[in-house]
Amino acid sequence: MKSENTSYERYQRQIILKEFGEAGQQKLLQSKVLVIGAGGLGCPALQYLAAAGVGTIGIVDDDVVAISNLHRQPLYSTFDIGYSKAAIAKSHLSKLNPDIQLIAYNERLTTQNALGILKKFDIIIDGTDNFASRYMINDACVLLDKILVYGAVSQFEGQVAVFNHKNKNGDTPVNYRDLFPTPPKEGEVLNCAEAGVLGVVPGIIGTMQANETIKLITGIGKPLIDSVLTYNALNNRMYEISLSANTPTQSLIPNTKAAFEAMNYEWLCSSGNTRFEIDLATFHQLQNNPNVKIIDVRELNEQPLPTGFDFIKIPLSLLKEQIASIENETVILFCQSGKRSLQAAEWLFDTFGESKKIYNLKGGILNWINHPSTQ
Amino acid sequence: MKINILLFGQLVDITGTGTIVVENMVDTDTLVNSLHQTYPELSHSKYLISVDKKIIKTNSLLTDNCTVALLPPFSGG
Repeated sequence: MKSENTSYERYQRQIILKEFGEAGQQKLLQSKVLVIGAGGLGCPALQYLAAAGVGTIGIVDDDVVAISNLHRQPLYSTFDIGYSKAAIAKSHLSKLNPDIQLIAYNERLTTQNALGILKKFDIIIDGTDNFASRYMINDACVLLDKILVYGAVSQFEGQVAVFNHKNKNGDTPVNYRDLFPTPPKEGEVLNCAEAGVLGVVPGIIGTMQANETIKLITGIGKPLIDSVLTYNALNNRMYEISLSANTPTQSLIPNTKAAFEAMNYEWLCSSGNTRFEIDLATFHQLQNNPNVKIIDVRELNEQPLPTGFDFIKIPLSLLKEQIASIENETVILFCQSGKRSLQAAEWLFDTFGESKKIYNLKGGILNWINHPSTQ
Repeated sequence: MKINILLFGQLVDITGTGTIVVENMVDTDTLVNSLHQTYPELSHSKYLISVDKKIIKTNSLLTDNCTVALLPPFSGG
């Protein structure tokens, strides 16, 4: 069978849509889409875009497949654990659709490589899981004049939007900083590792990102230009908010390549405060000292519960009320990843100052769990 | 004058509910100050404000039966 015929058959069900047609398929085949983050959002986005016949797809991810990814990243199998996400995603997607070009970037997106990678693509999909990357990608898209299809999730909810796309009136395009001009500090907003997420939520939001991308490329429908859509999986409610550009926020975005490369997004998103932090070795030395209190500031139902050392639980939400009851000279705080416990350490310092030794377990209990040799 | 408030994401963990109805709030600044007094943790949270599904950047007058939404940023992926 000629490849043209198999190609037609592959896409026949969408080509027969009168709004889509052969012309829509040709546009997809000629398009270049970059998916940053091959995780909960990236996996479904990649699968549907590859299946639909987007001609060139870039996949950026420096992470490896972990067992805790699989509940929301069904592109991967149990056999893929420990292998590069970008490489495995490319391998699986090339079997799904051998006719398209897949480029795996098994590297972390940084200010040094971002512009070089992004400029090769027409549309950028943000499927990352942290604010430092999200602000960096937003700023890079503004600088390079690239359309950004944004998606983000938390617990049972998600957000989708199309940024940096000129509207019909020729208004200044909206970008992520028009919603949230500056990043939240560490601990202000919980990530999936801390707050949890139902697997289907990034599945739905990532699929919506693929849908918006296909609409943008083929020119059908009404993409979410200048608006953000929220979806709640528990009650099936959607809520759309229309957005407008905010002139003062433009000054926050680097306007040259050199200015972008000099940005430190990790620092912008961190509290910049590591003075309370202790590493695992110090933690193990300290935990057996007398008059040390170890406090878990996660909410009461959070897992996993560590074993092998004594601790009490005071959720961050109750800490301020109970802070006066902490009598020990030395206090070690921990949470899931070290962010909320940093906030707790700051509150304790505000109350007790130098009268107590206050420590924050770096990387939280997830770091502790991942280093069994030190336990 | 009735104002409907919608909350999203982690803000619901603070208020314990996704919808709040309040009376007699002349503008968004008054409304936000009142919410911060009732729920002090909200004042530590970042969120955008929309009135009747349009984002607002400055203090805005409220009208009877309008809907104010508070949407926080999500980072998860």
